[in-house]
Amino acid sequence: MAAALNRALADALDADERVLVFGEDVGPLGGVFRVTDGLAARFGERRVFDTPLAESGIVGTAIGMALNGMRPVVEMQFDAFAYPAFEQITSHLAKMRNRTRGAVELPVVVRIPYGGGIGGVEHHCDSSEAYYTHTPGLRVVTPGTPDDAYALLRDAVECPDPVIFLEPKRHYWTRGDVPLGRSSLGMDRALVRRPGRDVTLIAYGSMVSTALETAEAAAEEGWDVEVVDLRSLTPFDDATVTESVRRTGRAVVVHEASGFGGYGAEVAARLTERCFHHLHAPILRVTGFDVPYPPPMLEEHHLPSVDRVLDAVARLQWDDEVVRSGVGA
Amino acid sequence: MARTVLPERQRSLLPSESPLALIDSTGVPVPDPVLEMPPDEVLLELHRRIVIGRRFDTQATALTRQGRLAVYPSSRGQEACEVGAALALREQDWLFPSYRDCVALVARGVDPVETLTLLQGGWHCGYDPHRHRVAPQCTPLATNALHAVGLAHAARLKDEDTVALVLLGDGATSEGDAHEALNFAGVWRAPVVFLVQNNGYAISVPVSKQNAAPSLAHKGIGYGVPSLLIDGNDPAAVHAALTDAVDVAASGGGPTLVEALTYRVEAHTNADDATRYRESDEVAAWLARDPLDRLETYLAARGLLDERRRAAVTEEAEAFAASVRERMNAEVETDPAELFAHVHARPTAALREQATLLAAEIAGGAA
Ligand SMILES: Cc1ncc(C[n+]2csc(CCOP(=O)(O)OP(=O)(O)O)c2C)c(N)n1
Ligand SMILES: [Mg+2]
Repeated sequence: MAAALNRALADALDADERVLVFGEDVGPLGGVFRVTDGLAARFGERRVFDTPLAESGIVGTAIGMALNGMRPVVEMQFDAFAYPAFEQITSHLAKMRNRTRGAVELPVVVRIPYGGGIGGVEHHCDSSEAYYTHTPGLRVVTPGTPDDAYALLRDAVECPDPVIFLEPKRHYWTRGDVPLGRSSLGMDRALVRRPGRDVTLIAYGSMVSTALETAEAAAEEGWDVEVVDLRSLTPFDDATVTESVRRTGRAVVVHEASGFGGYGAEVAARLTERCFHHLHAPILRVTGFDVPYPPPMLEEHHLPSVDRVLDAVARLQWDDEVVRSGVGA
Repeated sequence: MARTVLPERQRSLLPSESPLALIDSTGVPVPDPVLEMPPDEVLLELHRRIVIGRRFDTQATALTRQGRLAVYPSSRGQEACEVGAALALREQDWLFPSYRDCVALVARGVDPVETLTLLQGGWHCGYDPHRHRVAPQCTPLATNALHAVGLAHAARLKDEDTVALVLLGDGATSEGDAHEALNFAGVWRAPVVFLVQNNGYAISVPVSKQNAAPSLAHKGIGYGVPSLLIDGNDPAAVHAALTDAVDVAASGGGPTLVEALTYRVEAHTNADDATRYRESDEVAAWLARDPLDRLETYLAARGLLDERRRAAVTEEAEAFAASVRERMNAEVETDPAELFAHVHARPTAALREQATLLAAEIAGGAA
């Protein structure tokens, strides 16, 4: 996936000379995950460059550059290291269009590697999507596969709105089996990754592969599982997801982030509002626990696993029995 | 700098043009008008701690290669700063280290295995910060500088004689928090010392892309914080400058910013490939300015370090490393229930429920 993102950045830099790539270690090093590998050499230091080490500075100056006609694509080195930029993102990047009655557009992409599963020490594994999805004015997208990483990033760079582009870092090394190219789907649409009749698994980012694996395992137990990859967290593709859940009548939302006040709560609420009379069971969530992200030796207990998702599927009142617990995990 | 020159220091906040030093890179003493050479017993203790610290650092790197640590940021080459800082503090003072400063922790007396717990991946902080007055090693850059200022100011509010020393990298000085901390410290005249270990790089980014001022020490001026630029590979100079800064802070003289020029000999961490952004000549040039070599040359010339003492220190360092190796090779005991134990003063009902579910899952029952 890192290579797909690299290609997307290269093609975006090629396609539009207003595109700039900057951040910490994105120049000669090529980023700590090598997503910007070779770009500084190819496009020169005026377009791909290292900044002083300050995330608020990176996003703040990106805003100024966008105000002056550029299309900055900036990198936050890790999820938790984007927090110093929170003020710039929430108070300025997200609100500028609204504050100026549409006069000012900020086509900025903030790339953020996120999530765990790589044995990272503290502050390197946060899933911070809910902070951003709760902020009106931002678009938040996250790819589940390498080909989608390419397509979504190309779309994000061309998007007139600011985009928080969340990269599931545990998939940086995942290889794709589909050639890279633009998608006719666009940036805002969810995608049914696997059709099924009995239950809809709703996932995004790193959990797409977990959901697909769960679907395989569930098939052996006789459940025909549909997997929806959200791709775009905001805006939310109500049409695709609602259609799926009305059809299957059962749904489980999966994410790494803590459950309480998490993105899955929004998904479950929307689906309940729109699909209530089609549901055979409450919508369940399988999420990280409501704890700070654990140290490497304990993270396996925290992250949603195939078994845990499968277990949630099993609890979807197939025999009309009462769900044992309100907690997803 | 001796306390006697304090008034002079307050007139000019400027650091010197070239870094202050007491022992040059060949081990020859250089008199300095401001810094005083530490007493012999301090120099010998610096030597002992540096030898142990370096051996510990090599051991940690080896353990990382063997998969015993998740990651290790080596401070090889920076031992004058690591040990100089730890030994400059009095027992009641606080150290605010970063991820790079394991050697400083060990020199302060924190148990080496508890020091490595973070990087081993068993927990986020393996020691009790109150016990050694060492804050948890900090990864979000420069955030600990504000904590140090707060702790130091609180000590003054409580009429306690406590100084806080915060360790920062050159890259960290670019973060807003570093500047806010200097400003708070200046305005409050907080008893705090900022040590910037300028090791040349923030991962791949050289200091030249980080800073346009004549030095990082110059950052103090605008905040009213007196600043020193010192040779960070000179253990005597580092210790002298920091001891004095601690002394000044403790006697109500306010904060000091010390920039120590040093070098990160190893890559950023074991996961980094430094050949992508720096030349090996540069590393070689800095190896010739090694802090341990120069201290040993100086001590030997003074007749303070004979073969017997050198052998004894080496033996102590080997024994230390052997014990670290042995203890780190033991299987780590982790308890999944601990995930929920320290989130709040008392686990909430929701957390207790989640803990029960996890326990049931692990026991093999239905969750
Ligand atoms: C707020 C924040 N942003 C980014 C990072 C990622 N990061 C870890 S270490 C590092 C470089 C720090 O350089 P420096 O301050 O010079 O310290 P050194 O590693 O050289 O000791 C970066 C960018 C971080 N830890 N915290
Ligand atoms: Mg540095």
